[in-house]
Amino acid sequence: MAPAQAAGAKGRRAFCNWDEDTVTMAVEAARNCLADCAAPSVESIYLASTSFPFADMQNSAVVAAALRLSGQLKSTDVGGSQRAGVSALLNALSRGHESALVIAAERPRARPASAQEMQYGAGAAAFSLGSDEVAANLIASSSSTALFVDHFRASGAAHDYFWEERWIREEGYLKIVVQTINAALARAGLKGASINHFILAAPTSSIAGNVARAVGLNPESVESALDDECGYAGTAHAPLMLTNTLDRAQPGETILLVNFGQGCDALILETTSLVAKRRPPTPTTHFLSAGKSDPSYLRMASFYGEISPDFGMRAERDAKTALSEQYRSSGQIYGFVAGKCSACAQVQFPQLAYCVGCQAPASKLEPLCLAEKSAAVVTHTADWLSYHPAPPLYVGFAQFDGGARLLMEFVDVDPASFGVGTALRMVFRIKERDEARGYSRYFWKAAAITPHTESN
Amino acid sequence: MASGIKDKVAIIGMGCARFGERWESSTTHLLAEAFDEALADANIGRADINAAWFGSCFDRINVGNSAIPAATALRLDGIPVSRVENMCATATEAVRGAAYAVASGAIDIGLAIGAEKLKDTGYGGLPVQSKGTLNDMWLPMGSAPAGFAQLAAGYQHRFGISARDLKRAMAHVSWKSHQNGALHPKAHIRKAVTMETILGAPIIAEPLGLFDCCGVSDGAAAAIVTTPEIARSLGKRDLVTIKAMQLSVSSGRESSTAEWDGSGVRNTQIAAHRAYQEAGVSNPREELDLMEVHDCFSITELVTMEDLAISPKGRAVHEILDGYYDRTGSGIPCQVDGGLKCFGHPIGASGLRMMYEIYNQLLDRAGERQLADVELGLTHNLGGVPYLGVAAVSILGRL
Repeated sequence: MAPAQAAGAKGRRAFCNWDEDTVTMAVEAARNCLADCAAPSVESIYLASTSFPFADMQNSAVVAAALRLSGQLKSTDVGGSQRAGVSALLNALSRGHESALVIAAERPRARPASAQEMQYGAGAAAFSLGSDEVAANLIASSSSTALFVDHFRASGAAHDYFWEERWIREEGYLKIVVQTINAALARAGLKGASINHFILAAPTSSIAGNVARAVGLNPESVESALDDECGYAGTAHAPLMLTNTLDRAQPGETILLVNFGQGCDALILETTSLVAKRRPPTPTTHFLSAGKSDPSYLRMASFYGEISPDFGMRAERDAKTALSEQYRSSGQIYGFVAGKCSACAQVQFPQLAYCVGCQAPASKLEPLCLAEKSAAVVTHTADWLSYHPAPPLYVGFAQFDGGARLLMEFVDVDPASFGVGTALRMVFRIKERDEARGYSRYFWKAAAITPHTESN
Repeated sequence: MASGIKDKVAIIGMGCARFGERWESSTTHLLAEAFDEALADANIGRADINAAWFGSCFDRINVGNSAIPAATALRLDGIPVSRVENMCATATEAVRGAAYAVASGAIDIGLAIGAEKLKDTGYGGLPVQSKGTLNDMWLPMGSAPAGFAQLAAGYQHRFGISARDLKRAMAHVSWKSHQNGALHPKAHIRKAVTMETILGAPIIAEPLGLFDCCGVSDGAAAAIVTTPEIARSLGKRDLVTIKAMQLSVSSGRESSTAEWDGSGVRNTQIAAHRAYQEAGVSNPREELDLMEVHDCFSITELVTMEDLAISPKGRAVHEILDGYYDRTGSGIPCQVDGGLKCFGHPIGASGLRMMYEIYNQLLDRAGERQLADVELGLTHNLGGVPYLGVAAVSILGRL
């Protein structure tokens, strides 16, 4: 379609399924970061993105509901710049002792046949911040702000508009970024050569090497830009590179984390002796390699709204959400909280007015989250008739260890290996898109665990 | 102890519109077609009807909600008319309402009538509906065939049946119904189909192919009921009475607990057990002469043969392939009129359409399809999905 872009046709780039967005990716990243189902004691949540599903409706509130975080939580959406992710991290780190969850997620959209289409990928990264037993400390930082418009996207616009790449490198990265890094190094009292890991996210990966040379960093300290693994994930990209670095970093190493966008943030972190202990159960490399490969360009174009396929009249079904109902049931729907009957021990979803097993009143039902429970397929079919944005709809019953059972949508299905007994892992996804009103409602789906995607 | 409905209510007239793609007819005219035939059959006038029950399922493509459209269509002036809806058991619910009112002595003569206009959707298959504000937030948006197709996975897994054998038995279910439907002048699809065509059809919801799914039609059917005493006073000789009429609705056990193994439908089993008790049937395999069951999909009819306690568990596949349920087979003919497969499934009419065939067979009026020595017939509806639904089992017989 665009021969001029042929040079960019290498490696893999991550794109969202129709039912994934920055909110669902944020939940997935945070689950690995928090790594347990019990409500974590998080005091504040920051969600950074420039591709939030909602412009006015706090996106971090959806993530908090899915993670079952406390209602006393402070929540903030951070956006408006490629720097949003690193800025959120810097702000949260600057607040001191507070226990915070910082997540950056991006689902960048690019015009078909553009250079960005070859560069952009979707991704998210999450960090748990606190004062006890930390993996790394912030030892210095420097920030700058400049009206330097390398690219922009107007509110409501679908795609970015870029200025010339050479100007961005020469005037932006090699001046603004270099000055900010030098200021941070000076504050930390460090020479460039003492930095062990240099993280600079940029759509064009060669820029990091240029900047490293300009500030006297060791070439070996330049961290992989993950171009071949997932593509450039916008404001989530530097955070994603940071999780990848923390997965490998040794105690006592320094990390220079830099993000550019109408100025620059440069953070210098130092790992502690606990860096290995605090690693999440699933390393970043697993997420980078475990994606489902999809050779269909048209499917991607459809998921990102770049083409408008004919889904037939069944797609006309009204998907309006009763927002009052959503609020009443947000605990069980968004948190995936079943009820365990204290009288007969039956675990059930949804929770209604009486126990399904012994008819005990709802007051006997104790909350039990299903999100992290093991489950397996009981029945299944591939539905080619129902409207589905990525047909067929795989649907059937999931049986959870401990007793709960419910009809669920299955995702990440490999038809050849999927069947009764297939092990399932719960994932938070878009349940349905209300195209008429632009509202997404979310629920949990059951992803098939295959040897390829197993997360152990 | 309740004495049940057995022999308290007689059916003195029935009518059935021609089912099919009735592009030329609105619901009003379909209702009139069934109503006129039922009145003529009963040999009564409109004014003799004391109360009516109207069944319809989909509001948006039919006449709208409430009983007013039916009262208006049939010019039932001032009498009590109720609208009932209980998914695929809707028409049977209309009969239940009328029969219970007659049995209670509240009325002398009742009308049950149901209609559905499925061909005003603009596409094939059933309209997609909301399942309620809470369910819409979590229940997957699957189609009807997707709900029933899960029986195939459950059945195969429980009984160790190969996908190939199950698919062949399912195909035989449809093949047999097409053979029968070809003989019914009011059926929508009147064409015999080869096993090869059925087995080679495109997949709708795995493993169900196009011919594993019933037709989608417009239709209406009606019954006029009264007490046997009044029937006789009206000059009726050969009386068809209701022997049993049972309904069972899911409370969520199958869809929320580990009880259900996906190989059958608990509500059918419960409704059948109670219906046999109510009718005094101790051995249905020996006593029933024919059945009209809910063959929305071939797999549904297959498991229903076991749920109704006709085939032993795990044996329906083999008995179906042996022709046990064929019209000319050794066992109990099933879907003698062609079933939902050939009549299609205008929801509000289907239960009454099934009774129409049993009624005509009992009265020796079934023409080319007439079976010998018919004494007792069963109808079965299954609404919703196998794991969250409503099942109705009714038994009709001679008095």
